[in-house]
Amino acid sequence: MNRRKFITNTSATSAFVGLGGLTLGSCSQDKPTKITILHTNDVHSHIDPFPSDHSDFPNLGGLARRATLVDNIRKENPNTLLFDAGDIFQGTPYFNFFGGELEFKLMNMLKYDAATLGNHDFDNGVEGLLAQIPNAKFDLLSANYNFSNTTLDGYTKPYKTYTLNNLKIGVYGIGIELKGLVTKRLYKETEYLNPFEIATDIETQLKEVEKCDLIICLSHLGYEYANEQKPDDLTLASKTKHTDLIIGGHTHTFLEKPTVVKNAIDRDILVNQVGCFGINLGRVDFYFDGATNTQSQGVSIKV
Amino acid sequence: MNLKITHFVIFITIGFLTSCSESPKKLIQIEGKQIPIDTSYAETDSINDYIKPYRNRINEVLDSTLAYATHKISKEDGLYNTSAGNLIADIIKIQANPIFKSRTGNNIDFVLLNHGGIRSIISKGAVTARTAYEVMPFENTIVVVELNGKSILDLVQYLINTKRAHPISGAQVILSKNNKLKTLNIQGKPFDNTKTYFVATSNYLVNGGDNMGFFKDGLNVSETDYKIRNAIIDYFKKVDTLSPKVDNRYYKIK
Repeated sequence: MNRRKFITNTSATSAFVGLGGLTLGSCSQDKPTKITILHTNDVHSHIDPFPSDHSDFPNLGGLARRATLVDNIRKENPNTLLFDAGDIFQGTPYFNFFGGELEFKLMNMLKYDAATLGNHDFDNGVEGLLAQIPNAKFDLLSANYNFSNTTLDGYTKPYKTYTLNNLKIGVYGIGIELKGLVTKRLYKETEYLNPFEIATDIETQLKEVEKCDLIICLSHLGYEYANEQKPDDLTLASKTKHTDLIIGGHTHTFLEKPTVVKNAIDRDILVNQVGCFGINLGRVDFYFDGATNTQSQGVSIKV
Repeated sequence: MNLKITHFVIFITIGFLTSCSESPKKLIQIEGKQIPIDTSYAETDSINDYIKPYRNRINEVLDSTLAYATHKISKEDGLYNTSAGNLIADIIKIQANPIFKSRTGNNIDFVLLNHGGIRSIISKGAVTARTAYEVMPFENTIVVVELNGKSILDLVQYLINTKRAHPISGAQVILSKNNKLKTLNIQGKPFDNTKTYFVATSNYLVNGGDNMGFFKDGLNVSETDYKIRNAIIDYFKKVDTLSPKVDNRYYKIK
């Protein structure tokens, strides 16, 4: 049914049209629904901003400033989610002294929705991570680490869904192979599963079973490797079918803007990574049109 | 008027059905960007207040004076051995040997580190735990590797080839004018290639860091779980002054 015609035919007075417009607006035909995804990666316990005499990042970063920025964006768009792509821990004495407690508690204060695990999040072992989990009010998402034979079993989820303004958003986590990066004594019996196979399984479940409108991967694989055998985000993007955005980490890659990659069914999707140490906040806005007779075929990507 | 109200009710009912429940929402546009977190954003006071006690505790511990340096200690003040390299290698030997001996009954024969692993000078004056974090920011641990005679000679050849002041302690290496090994003493005794030696180093180097391939041929590897930085801090707490010198533990005859 053509709703625009319906409105024209039934509106008897101009007052009527005004009221109708209001109703329609809330149901998102004229004004698209905007979902804002904010993200960090590889913050590495950088809670304070860099000092003004730092040679690489003078006066940049800092949790208290990030909090202001995130808060401003949430006020502008309440349909906002905030994620981290791992390596929350290790890099300043805050971690050496408090084992990640402050990192997690501050992430709660910024209302992080979820994070995936980076290799450095195992730096105090599975026990050290487990000890901090009660301090996290956000979810730890990890689909390709099997923790069944560790004390972390049951404390992470492969994915999580969020419903904002009638839109369902599915988010899953993918981690890097720990062997060679982290000593076995720390990650213990954590089993690493093929990230590509797990990602395509989980995204299919999010699309077909969970009926998600938007699917996001939090990945700590790394942006790109010269060694083709080593899984990276660009390859992951090219193998997925339903994932709309890969939020990456590990390689501390400062992208000027998100990278557009063709996925397995030739659709353009985004891979983003915002360097490290809380220097940048990534922001990706997704606009959804509620109309059945939408004029635009395909998605316009502005980066 | 009644007619108008009826119209309105029908209108919103159908409106809800069509746009909110039945029609799938379609992704039409994506915008992405990076936002630098710079001084244009004010700090949120509640966050800063929450961090403050943690920050104060760290500063209190890191900045309390543990020892005094009588002069600037640097890894650039010698060609084959340096004041900073000698200090850190000596610290590893002094701090790790009691642990290694109590676990294995053996003594550490000598220490080898990498020149690049020393990340900062120690300035003249007060020395704090923060100094140890600057010198050794990594979480590397002390590992003891048992090497046979051939591997020891590979190790010396590595020193000769890299031409860098890789820190050592417990051994003396003297090179001839034409860059050949002239003298190798370990624990004050001439090198015996039929013996095996216990070499303390960092887990980074044992795992292939700085291409120290000879560690791959180690007969036994003992992880002490003692962080190099903690060994440095423990040593700073034990002594009053630091005055390491460039000496004759490793040099080339002119």
